[in-house]
Amino acid sequence: MNDTKQQQNLEIRQVISQPYKYGFQTEIESETFGAGINEEIVRKISNKKNEPEFLLDFRLKAYKKWKTLRFPNWANLEVNPIDYNSITYYSVPKQKKKVNSLDEIDPEILRTFEKLGISLNEQKQLANVAVDAVFDSVSIATTYKEKLAKFGVIFCSISDAIQSYPKLVEKFLGSVVSSGDNFYASLNSAVFSDGSFCYIPQNTICPLELSTYFRINDKDAGQFERTLIIAEKNSSVNYLEGCTAPQFSENQLHAAIVELITFDNANIKYSTVQNWYSGNEVGIGGIYNFVTKRGLCIGKNSNISWTQVETGSSITWKYPSCILLGENSYGEFYSVALTNNFQQADTGTKMIHLGKKTKSKIISKGISCGNSKNSYRGLVKISSNAAYSRNFSQCDSFLIGATSTASTYPYLEIASSTAIVEHEAKISKISEEQLFYLMQRGISIEQSISLLISGFCKDVFTMLPMEFAAEADKLLSLKLEGTVG
Amino acid sequence: MENIVLKVENLEASIDNKSIIKKFNLEVKENEIHVIMGPNGSGKSTFSKILAGHPSYSVENGNILFLNKNLLEMLPEERSHEGLFLAFQYPIEIGGVTNYDFLRLAFNEKQKYLKNPEVTPLEFMTLTQSVLKELKMNPEFLNRDLNQGFSGGEKKRNEILQMLLLQPKLVILDELDSGLDIDAIKVICENIIKNLPLNSSLIIITHYPRILNYLKPDYIHVMIDGKIVKTGNLEIIDILESEGYEKFI
Repeated sequence: MNDTKQQQNLEIRQVISQPYKYGFQTEIESETFGAGINEEIVRKISNKKNEPEFLLDFRLKAYKKWKTLRFPNWANLEVNPIDYNSITYYSVPKQKKKVNSLDEIDPEILRTFEKLGISLNEQKQLANVAVDAVFDSVSIATTYKEKLAKFGVIFCSISDAIQSYPKLVEKFLGSVVSSGDNFYASLNSAVFSDGSFCYIPQNTICPLELSTYFRINDKDAGQFERTLIIAEKNSSVNYLEGCTAPQFSENQLHAAIVELITFDNANIKYSTVQNWYSGNEVGIGGIYNFVTKRGLCIGKNSNISWTQVETGSSITWKYPSCILLGENSYGEFYSVALTNNFQQADTGTKMIHLGKKTKSKIISKGISCGNSKNSYRGLVKISSNAAYSRNFSQCDSFLIGATSTASTYPYLEIASSTAIVEHEAKISKISEEQLFYLMQRGISIEQSISLLISGFCKDVFTMLPMEFAAEADKLLSLKLEGTVG
Repeated sequence: MENIVLKVENLEASIDNKSIIKKFNLEVKENEIHVIMGPNGSGKSTFSKILAGHPSYSVENGNILFLNKNLLEMLPEERSHEGLFLAFQYPIEIGGVTNYDFLRLAFNEKQKYLKNPEVTPLEFMTLTQSVLKELKMNPEFLNRDLNQGFSGGEKKRNEILQMLLLQPKLVILDELDSGLDIDAIKVICENIIKNLPLNSSLIIITHYPRILNYLKPDYIHVMIDGKIVKTGNLEIIDILESEGYEKFI
């Protein structure tokens, strides 16, 4: 080895190990149930939230199912055993019952969101984005509610929805991800505490982009939130989700469910920038992110599009999927997953083609550096009824350094002879020659690498809403300015 | 009094402990054109990469002064900002990054280094448009991904475009004729000579004398096994054409 190269590698390592900028914890008194899970806790959560009968039944059924299920161990992940009795399932900031205006919210919490760049203050809110801010187990505030209501759009916390629109919730909750779907889905169904609810009526294009910002604050609490979005005939909505958490040396569990439903000609575009705390450079701490996200294109010509930029979490287990039931419906999945240090990601999608002439498109970009493991796992299933359906998948991996791994696990189940399925996969490394070329033109090594990475991710970034794309690009550069093998 | 642009003294360099450059000396003055010729494996391309600061090569011995500064102490990007420009034999391709974004980044990095104000995207567009016109290049060129899917000729023209924008003091052309047909070589060479920045110098690295029909050098150096064995002028070409490099070994 020569000195210049070693120097360069050292420099790269220093740049990569940028400190996590959202790692602070807010000092706040919270009300919790204490650690542990049992039927009593499930009843207590439901009772605390003053829930209707159907929901308690839903929770109890899920809890019983969960007891029979086992942790899914098929993923390419090494997960330390989780003691589910050491987790707190309900943790809310202490405050007077219900707040009607922002003045009543604990200023500490408002400040927390300000610090994260999310202003709940009416004057400083993002002009075209409505936000539901979730802090540990509870939704703190939802902005632009009234403005949206004028268009018939319901956007509120799921707890509010359960109180105000119980019929809608009862009809759709668990209709895409059933309470017995998988280990984490059952756990979530039993203990979920809050999340966002969104209903777009017929013939309505949602006038604002909607978003939920999730913040885990409590060291011992798990976050189990549920999002339910329904787009009626001829409607459309753009949804954004962001997440951060403080830096602890223990792992926190995050097991969410997102359900999307589109009727005829409706479309939902769901974008996530996930930046949970990912653990330190030797792999201590970080969020365990076990999430079930699924969309159901029930109507003709409907469309569900998932875009995700996954940069955080110690472990990510996540497969945003589409069930394409309506004729000519279209599912899309665009993903950038970046892993560094000892992060592990097993992520991808499932495209289940059930209706005729359904289409799906998968673009996945994995970037692995440090000692991390980054896997794409994707299923394309075309049933015998789904005549003339087609899928295109492209899975690219980018390796930075010699100690990270990238894997691709494509599963194809094709039962229709008229299906057209294309799959492309590519693994590449940042080449020294590329860097040398850029540096010769006066571009520093950090900038060269972020240029290469953003070029690599371009297909996905162009799918993100404008503000998000810029943020995602910045986030990636911050996380990995610089690297060669 | 002519200024010395580049002074290489007793340069010795290696890759993976294999010695490639041995006791190499060269002096280039302002406005001079030098040609370094040699058979494959003689170390001429290595020399150009060492000048530009490629991390794979280690310099064991010797000095390089570039405009009176110690070149070997500079990072690759600093060498570029100071005015060293290497036109690559095979310019690399980068997907997802437009030529325009790349050019503007490179241009602005140099402005930053020189403590000049950075240009806005609009100003830069105006600037590149005029340069493109000069090179008779289609503006559509800017929207394509950097060198991706470019023909050999387009890649070389893109190198010249970068040279024009960055206004270097020393241009090194590494095997310019690779991937070009005869007509294209002529056009590119004419373009280079016409557009060479004021008071700059040129080092041409080639193993093939054809290019010298279009670029009139002041000196021709023959490089064999890591060092210059003969320096002269066009008479060297005659020897090469009749007897090959054998004559100098």
